[in-house]
Amino acid sequence: MSNTTRPFRSILFEKAEDGSEPPSTGVQDFVVDLHLDQIVDSILVGRQEYRLGTLFMATLNSSEAIEYRHQAMRELESQSLRDAIEAFAQGMRSMRRARQLAENVHNRYNRQGWFLNGVEAYCEAVSRLGADLAALDLESRGFLSFRGFLLSYLESPGFAALRAETEKMRADLAASRYCLLMKTNNQFTVRKYEGEEDYSVEVEKAFEKFREGAAKDYRIRFTGYPEVNHVEEAALEFVAKLYPEVFQSLDEYCARNKEFLDQTVADFDREVQFYIAYHEFVAQFTGTGLRFCYPVVSDSKQVESHNGFDLALANKLVREKSPLVTNDFFLKDNERVFVVNGPNQGGKSTFARAFGQLHHLACLGLPVPGTSAKLFLFDRIFTHFEREENFDDLRSRLEDDLMRVHSILDACTPRSVVIINELFSSSTLRDAVFLGRKVLERVIQLDALCVYVTFIDELSTMDKAVSVMSTVLPDNPELRTFKITRKPADGLAFAMAIADKHQLSYERIKERIRQ
Amino acid sequence: MHRDRGLDLEGKLPANEYDLSRDLQLETLFKAMAGKDKFLLDLAKKVLLTSLLDVDSILFRQGVLKDCLKNPDVVAELFKLSADAIAKEKQDWAWNDAYKSADQTFQRSVRLLKMLFSKLKELRAIVDQHAGRFESDGFKGLFEMVQGEISDSYLASIEGHLKELELGEGTLISAELGEGNKGTGYALCRQPEDRKEGRRLFGRKTGQFTFTLNTNDQTGPEMMAELRDRGINGLANTLAQSSDHLLGFFVSLRNELAFYVACMNLRDQLAARGEPVCFPTPAERGRRSRAFKGLYDPCLALRRDERVVGNDLEAEGKDLVVVTGANRGGKSTFLRSVGISQLLMQAGAFAPGESLHADICTGVFTHFTREEDSSMKSGKLDEELGRMSKIVDSLSPDCMVLFNESFASTNEREGSEISRQIVAALLERRVEVFFVTHQYEFAHLLYEKGTPNAAFLRAQRLENGERTFRVLPGEPLPTSYGDDLYHRIFLAQGPGAKG
Repeated sequence: MSNTTRPFRSILFEKAEDGSEPPSTGVQDFVVDLHLDQIVDSILVGRQEYRLGTLFMATLNSSEAIEYRHQAMRELESQSLRDAIEAFAQGMRSMRRARQLAENVHNRYNRQGWFLNGVEAYCEAVSRLGADLAALDLESRGFLSFRGFLLSYLESPGFAALRAETEKMRADLAASRYCLLMKTNNQFTVRKYEGEEDYSVEVEKAFEKFREGAAKDYRIRFTGYPEVNHVEEAALEFVAKLYPEVFQSLDEYCARNKEFLDQTVADFDREVQFYIAYHEFVAQFTGTGLRFCYPVVSDSKQVESHNGFDLALANKLVREKSPLVTNDFFLKDNERVFVVNGPNQGGKSTFARAFGQLHHLACLGLPVPGTSAKLFLFDRIFTHFEREENFDDLRSRLEDDLMRVHSILDACTPRSVVIINELFSSSTLRDAVFLGRKVLERVIQLDALCVYVTFIDELSTMDKAVSVMSTVLPDNPELRTFKITRKPADGLAFAMAIADKHQLSYERIKERIRQ
Repeated sequence: MHRDRGLDLEGKLPANEYDLSRDLQLETLFKAMAGKDKFLLDLAKKVLLTSLLDVDSILFRQGVLKDCLKNPDVVAELFKLSADAIAKEKQDWAWNDAYKSADQTFQRSVRLLKMLFSKLKELRAIVDQHAGRFESDGFKGLFEMVQGEISDSYLASIEGHLKELELGEGTLISAELGEGNKGTGYALCRQPEDRKEGRRLFGRKTGQFTFTLNTNDQTGPEMMAELRDRGINGLANTLAQSSDHLLGFFVSLRNELAFYVACMNLRDQLAARGEPVCFPTPAERGRRSRAFKGLYDPCLALRRDERVVGNDLEAEGKDLVVVTGANRGGKSTFLRSVGISQLLMQAGAFAPGESLHADICTGVFTHFTREEDSSMKSGKLDEELGRMSKIVDSLSPDCMVLFNESFASTNEREGSEISRQIVAALLERRVEVFFVTHQYEFAHLLYEKGTPNAAFLRAQRLENGERTFRVLPGEPLPTSYGDDLYHRIFLAQGPGAKG
């Protein structure tokens, strides 16, 4: 047990040096290029209140920090743990709503009532989470240490007192029952309740013998405003006068317990949603044949992935119930660069994006698409994808391209991942070959990892480069497989595929011309 | 309507309802039973087409119906009483689903309960006066229930509640503090006896506070009303449900009586034409047994002023009855009288005729040729076979199928072959078949086979070609005397038929 008793810091960052949440900066290029923004938006649907966006940009810098999250994530595969967290999250949500009302409604007793509701929700949520966690066999460093923290918090004199006071306050208020007598429609009288019976019980009994089958519900649904109107306010003020001691103690209770919320508990409530959100996101792929795995993340550049896929695309297709092709890749020995060739719409960009997404997600300490993966613990990801922007002429576009690539190559280190898509496609072939070669030479010299998507065959023969191609089926070239395989660029499938795209294959022409 | 449960009107009509009504011309029957009363019509239809399947249930209804025929005035009075209660409920606001406030629900419910309560008292009085004149298990059970459950003390207690619910002492609401210290758990309370008038706890000066709306307060009255509404919401709901339950009692009373009332109407109409009715003796399902005397088609009778021809039959152990003979000789009418009397018997009603004994069948199906479709020769057989296929979907052993000139829309040889194959299959599956046909080949083939479980009838034609509309035992003959008709209609030179 002793090795698990490190004081709890955060369910996301075990140690201070693991990094922490970065300040929210502007959206970086790679986020848009890799469609990470789409992925994160989908992950966070319905969780806006937690403001988790920045956490999904903060990649970790050590295998140990990643392992800390893997453990927590695996732990959360247990339904009972997730149920416990969900119950807790709901309780905390009620707490926040009540606390908000306690600040905003205008009547003092009304405010104090909401304050009490907030503390009640908090005590209940925290106590229940403590009991739930105590009953579970936990293994992860994160949850073990959080449980240690939570149980000692629950036993602390401060919390015990809060809970006892809160229960007493509720009991006193519940006992403050009252009666309203309305004789005319502009007046009521309030007094203490003295044991009068509910008449409807009696009436129901009187007609019970005629009851047959289900009864229709005739109750009016009243709009449940959290705030008292001035008539209700009058009644509430009278009740406070009928039970002066109770309302006096409520006043004191509220003043005493202003700071009831523990910051560590509040942080946990938010941060654990990072895992839950991702878990739920991944769960929607259950049954599609698409799998996720815990990657090995290390300093080795011999990366590999089996059955990986573009998560943003998969997320779109799973909604349309369309199938998706998965891909494998690996770099061995001193291979550092994938040069991706092949027909348009053949899955080249998708492959490049998947490569980047896998790395980003891996360094967030999350499971990644695929059945297994070994990925690189990078420092930064740089991307350059073609943009939609309009330029006056080719020259200014080329200039912009070069500026961007230059700044990438400036900031790039041997631990960076560089993903370049169709660079210089707007230039002449000669320029494109020349510039592409220059860029790749620089990347190779830096020994960074790179995916370079291009229509230029020549680049695939460079040192440290692996040629991969999007492929087409031999007997039906118009049907793209979206499979990316290692093979030298042949230039042939490319031409055939374009012919296919125009429905000009031998078979198709015969079919189209027949009669 | 049932010994052990109420009448279910939610059930669906059988899938062949349209064909049955059309082929057996049931609309005439329903009209005689219900007049212009839509409710009665729907109910009679539903009951008639939802057959009872065991002897005891049939005898139970027969008993009740016999009581009704003996005491038509009392039954009519009970029926009117329940129908009145239902009508009055409907008159009290047509928008019963659109209550705007608990107070409206409350007021209306109390009003309805008072009305229904007075009906309940009337019912009790009728029962007290006439109970002795009824003998059937059904009526005895009902009357005992009324006298037992709606006792004097019960009536008195309800009367007390109805008075108290006028809330003459004001509305007393209990409440507690809920979320945000807002009032919750509102309930309308009875004013304790010792606090009413006399002691006036609310009259004291201490321990209570009174709020009065400012006369300038624009929104206050609405809020005040809502507060009261919250208080009476639970009770209003209970009252509305109670009045529904009580109304439900009258609804089921009306529903239970309605079919008998419809039968009484039918009996009166038939009696006015001098036509007899009889209570049939049902035999258990699966025993082929059928005998009747003077069985007639009530729908034909209802459309005519003079009496119609009835038929006799003795068919013990017959699975198949084949009827051949002259066109316009009464074959279809015969078939209808069998079908309708079967439905009536299995609804627990009387049968049109002097006597009827028949086994219970699982369902009655009709397959009649449809004259009006004949314009499209090619499509007609297709249509006929389509209908047949639907019938087969619903068939089970001990069903009864009535065929009338079926599969005649092709040439006789093919039609006969189709008929033969269908009938053979049905018989093997223990389906009872009545087949009116002038397909000589088909009928003759069956006759030649000499099957002991088949009976052969023929529409009578006298030597002079005149039709008696009687159907009598007789082997199939190779002509249907179509030329008789031809001669009569086209040549108008009297009888002179060949062969």
